[in-house]
Amino acid sequence: MGKVIVVTSGKGGVGKTTSTAALGAALARGGQNVVVVDFDVGLRNLDLVMGAERRVVFDLTNVVQGTVKLSQALLLDERLDTLYLLPASRTRGKEALTEDGVARVISELRDQFDWVICDSPAGIERGAILAMRFADEAVVVVNPEVSSVRDSSRILGLLDFKPLKAETGGRLERHLLITRFDPARVACGEMLSVDDIREVLPVPLLGIIPESEDVLRASNLGAPITVCGRESAVSRAYVDAARRINGEWIEMTVPCENKSLLTKLLGRRAA
Amino acid sequence: MNHFIQTPVGSAPVARARLQSLLEYDRSLISHADLLSVLREEIFALIGRHAGIDANKVHFMVVRGSTTATLTVDIEIPFRVRPTDPVCV
Repeated sequence: MGKVIVVTSGKGGVGKTTSTAALGAALARGGQNVVVVDFDVGLRNLDLVMGAERRVVFDLTNVVQGTVKLSQALLLDERLDTLYLLPASRTRGKEALTEDGVARVISELRDQFDWVICDSPAGIERGAILAMRFADEAVVVVNPEVSSVRDSSRILGLLDFKPLKAETGGRLERHLLITRFDPARVACGEMLSVDDIREVLPVPLLGIIPESEDVLRASNLGAPITVCGRESAVSRAYVDAARRINGEWIEMTVPCENKSLLTKLLGRRAA
Repeated sequence: MNHFIQTPVGSAPVARARLQSLLEYDRSLISHADLLSVLREEIFALIGRHAGIDANKVHFMVVRGSTTATLTVDIEIPFRVRPTDPVCV
């Protein structure tokens, strides 16, 4: 029986899709069977970040509605042979996903994979609730920024009672993933610190992902950052986070870019 | 040269203060929602003891003002009051 993880945040653009792809690929690189599921019906992006957009024929909605089999919609990653993608529909509305249908598909995925990672749409509406409905664990992605922290606080509230696991008396395991973190800005008092964020969002920290140009580069290339930018600080931070999800204890650090002395002397690149 | 001259206090403390007040506001809204559900339940039970009312025909509305809120309750009470009462033919 695999574990179902929802990657959620409330606010859009904080790095849910990047994190879903990066964590999925990192777990798959460790030899585990992983499927990443795009719940963002109508605005699918996970296929783009994974570089699989040209191969999408069927999607989650087709499988939920029972028009195609799960195996027909699953796409095998071109680089990792234990990583699969279940894309979202680009044309159908969110209403096309029924709770019973999603329950059936998640249960099938749970049987086939070690990890089912669900990329939630932004917001706190039906789509986001459906993405967290059958999860065992949640990764709450947050940026060190007022609106993102506030929205994540609301999401934590919803995670207390919306998932089936919470409804039936259980408690979802929750993790906090801080993305786009810039230690230099924190040091000069221009960014919320890790402690500031954790004071508002008191859940175990899964990782601190530094702000980096490498994320855009990976997105341009259409590959998870943990596949195409393996040596980057971002990739190392995601790999550590994936190992923590897997139950390993790894010391929490803020990874730094390996900058040359010259770069340091000339000052930081403009963010 | 700007790299060496830093303002003593950055914007992070401002962000922290704004975040705190936002969260206080969010929490007050949530406790308001709890109050509404308690009121709804108790009023429904009270009237239900005397008249058979349909849960779908009960409307609760709260209009928030700056210092107070107004609660409007709209309940449809049928003439034939209790479903258990004998029906006259």
